[in-house]
Amino acid sequence: MQTLSNASRRNFLKVAAAAGGGLFLGFNWFEANAATAVDAATTDLSLAGNVPGAVPGVGFNSYLSINPQGIITIMSPNPEVGQGIKTAFPIVVAEELDVDWKNVIVEQAPLDTKKFERQVAGGSGSIPHSWTRLRKAGATARQMLMEAAAKRWNVPVTECTTGTGFVRHTASNRQLSYGELATEAAQLPVPADVKLKDRKDFKLIGQSVKNVDNAGIITGKPLFGLDFYREGMLFAMLQRPAFGYTLKSFNEAAIKAMPGIVDVLTFDNNVAIVGKSTWQVRKAKEALKIDWTKTDATESTDDHNRIFGELLKSDKATVRRKDGDVDTAFKGAAKVVTAEYQCPFLPHNPMEPMNFFAHVRPDGAELVGPTQTPELARNEAAKLLGLSPDKVTVQLTRMGGGFGRRLKADYAIEAVQVSKRVNAPVKVIWTREDDMTGGSYRPAVRYRFEAALDAQGNMIGYKLRGASINAGSSTREDNFPAGAVDNLLIDSIDHKSAITTGPWRAPITNFLAFAEQSFLDEVAQAAGKDPVQFRLDLLDKAKTKPAGAVKYDIDRMKAVINMAVEKSGWGTKKGADGRPVSQGFSVYFSHRSYVAQVGEVVMQKDKPVVQKVVAVADCGIVINQSGSRQQVTGCIVDGIGHAMYGNMTFKDGIPEQSNFSNYRMIRLNEIPDVEVHFVDNGFDPTGLGEPSLPPAGAAVANAIFKATGKRVRNQPFIEDAALKSVL
Amino acid sequence: MALYSLQINGQTYRADVDPDTPLLWVLRDNLGLVGTKYGCGIAQCGACTVHLNGEATRACVLPVSTIGKAKITTIEGLSATGTHPVQKAWDAVDVPQCGYCQAGQIMTAAAFLKKTPKPTTAQIDEAMSGNICRCGTYHRIREAVKMASNATASTAKGSTKTK
Repeated sequence: MQTLSNASRRNFLKVAAAAGGGLFLGFNWFEANAATAVDAATTDLSLAGNVPGAVPGVGFNSYLSINPQGIITIMSPNPEVGQGIKTAFPIVVAEELDVDWKNVIVEQAPLDTKKFERQVAGGSGSIPHSWTRLRKAGATARQMLMEAAAKRWNVPVTECTTGTGFVRHTASNRQLSYGELATEAAQLPVPADVKLKDRKDFKLIGQSVKNVDNAGIITGKPLFGLDFYREGMLFAMLQRPAFGYTLKSFNEAAIKAMPGIVDVLTFDNNVAIVGKSTWQVRKAKEALKIDWTKTDATESTDDHNRIFGELLKSDKATVRRKDGDVDTAFKGAAKVVTAEYQCPFLPHNPMEPMNFFAHVRPDGAELVGPTQTPELARNEAAKLLGLSPDKVTVQLTRMGGGFGRRLKADYAIEAVQVSKRVNAPVKVIWTREDDMTGGSYRPAVRYRFEAALDAQGNMIGYKLRGASINAGSSTREDNFPAGAVDNLLIDSIDHKSAITTGPWRAPITNFLAFAEQSFLDEVAQAAGKDPVQFRLDLLDKAKTKPAGAVKYDIDRMKAVINMAVEKSGWGTKKGADGRPVSQGFSVYFSHRSYVAQVGEVVMQKDKPVVQKVVAVADCGIVINQSGSRQQVTGCIVDGIGHAMYGNMTFKDGIPEQSNFSNYRMIRLNEIPDVEVHFVDNGFDPTGLGEPSLPPAGAAVANAIFKATGKRVRNQPFIEDAALKSVL
Repeated sequence: MALYSLQINGQTYRADVDPDTPLLWVLRDNLGLVGTKYGCGIAQCGACTVHLNGEATRACVLPVSTIGKAKITTIEGLSATGTHPVQKAWDAVDVPQCGYCQAGQIMTAAAFLKKTPKPTTAQIDEAMSGNICRCGTYHRIREAVKMASNATASTAKGSTKTK
């Protein structure tokens, strides 16, 4: 083992030197990662992934190493938050390397900005960013293995082929395993250009591959941030101020005297309690009596409802897009349709609440925990401590969900703050109540739409204003139907609030899609047209006579629409009782993917019941069928659940919901059937962590309209007067 | 603080903790059994589900002082090697997305199937609706419970024969 490891380190130098000329990627791409593989195997076992203790192998690049037994270790650099990246990335590498998946070990790489780019879980961007890079990492190593074999056999490399972990020379009927060739191969010059597989030759990509961490998950192995324990570690909880309050005083002496409490600190208006066990700290937190100072910045949900009305009338909005002349179009309209849509704040509620481990020492800091942006955590920690970023390490744990909440580093920095002050390793733990009341919410928004129709029912004018609380821009200027309407005005206006907001799965579009796709349904209804045909006509218009820039692919959008029509039996479907099924249509382009959905509602005892959603997704090549289907299905469950029930309200800056007892989450007995189809078009793959969520709400709401004649325009649906009237 | 002797997964564990400490935190902080998860702390989400004398129980609201000699099974003790029919079904169906809630889901399903070896879909939905999955893996949870029910039903039949 030791010898091999040393050999690996020598190879590392040689290959790194060979790559020095700057290859096709030019970003330390071909630094061998033998050191990484060894380091990963020797770090805390509590963090080991699917297979504990990777066998040291010879490194070929930042992603993979091969040991003499032919075991392939593939590093997965991006944070795993449930989006399946730890399974998808290695599939791509293994495909091009041409190895048996059974012989692949996947390891979570720590933050390493020298070896990897964009170690982020966000924006559904990991797959599009890394697709070609991962393929080249696998293909390059495969080429080097073939060259090593060709040398040994003294045959032209062009006569060599590979097959599941072996290089073969068919003419002489010889073969060598990757394991036998690894050491020689890694010392060869890194080829500057390699041929990638033809799509028709994919063996692994497009199959169903199970989550690589299944074995650990189903047996309760320590995988998550909250599962990380360190000898001598202290536990900390914070009481943070509500929105618009500052810390005045608290019963410090009483808290300090409680059993197991080691220290009580204050910083940034927080009270931090540090102790020897989670429960003792929790009890001390409950015993806190804090006197807060209320500032003028506190707001209530009633205030926001008033503010929305003011913003919609304001002349201070920022114009996002202006095509043609909307005023003239609306003056000459045969019919004008107007509607307002509104959504509340939403907490993220990942099942694993925020937590982070930090051990700050005079010369550096060690961070371990669940984060979607380890680099941000490192840089903020380094800044706070006055250290160079390379003195701060970040180990990535599996995350019990994130949904955008862990794109902020606040909770990691809290651990740094506390560890620095108590001079000990510390785990900061948020209770569920802390997590739900601790901010970074999906912003509350109200939209107002206006559409002008001519006498033939063509949409000749379109206006959209977004009024938001702490959202920045709440509209998207390139969204369909922009490009298809000659006279169009999209603007937005924002109110700055003390209530903190942040990215929430499919930021902005998670509600904007509902509003846009519901409103288009309203306009089609007013025009007397089928909602699908209405959209297709608009797309034809965007294709033949575009109004301004068109930033979505019209053909791809039409393709998902047409496939959804076919798969759902749009307009013709009948229920078991022979009566027509009420269907609602929605289609959306976001995060580079196209998704169409058809919601189905049936009346049971005069009440609308959502029984099914048919989804068609175009994310280009599907890397992992199993993971991808679940992403689409999960997004739909998430989208419908939050549209139906999600509601975060405030009274004087204090959140009125704090746990699952007063904040409703969708449960198993409430899910509709979901049918998932993918468009097979061979485009490079795009991400699936978000794109199927935005269209879900409108598919359901439009079906509810079809079934009941009631238009649901506000989330949560269950609080909407239109829906209440039929429930 | 008081010393408690607990029967967990067929072994005796000792923990010196405050009497009101929930079993969840004894498992996690004191005994290193971290498979049982914290989700809400008020028995609303099911992430902390364990078996107490075979009954699915929320460990986050179960004070250690009330347990006595009761036999506790956690996800780590459901089977030695992850081969309980429910665990096997969870893997076969590829249920986990983030995976955080799944130990609680599995423990709930295992206790349920012991009592109801051949459940209807409606019974599954009712039994599993106490456990929240934020990722929305509910369809696969339902499918996995069905798969496990077929497996456990045939195992149960087999064991009856040997009696």
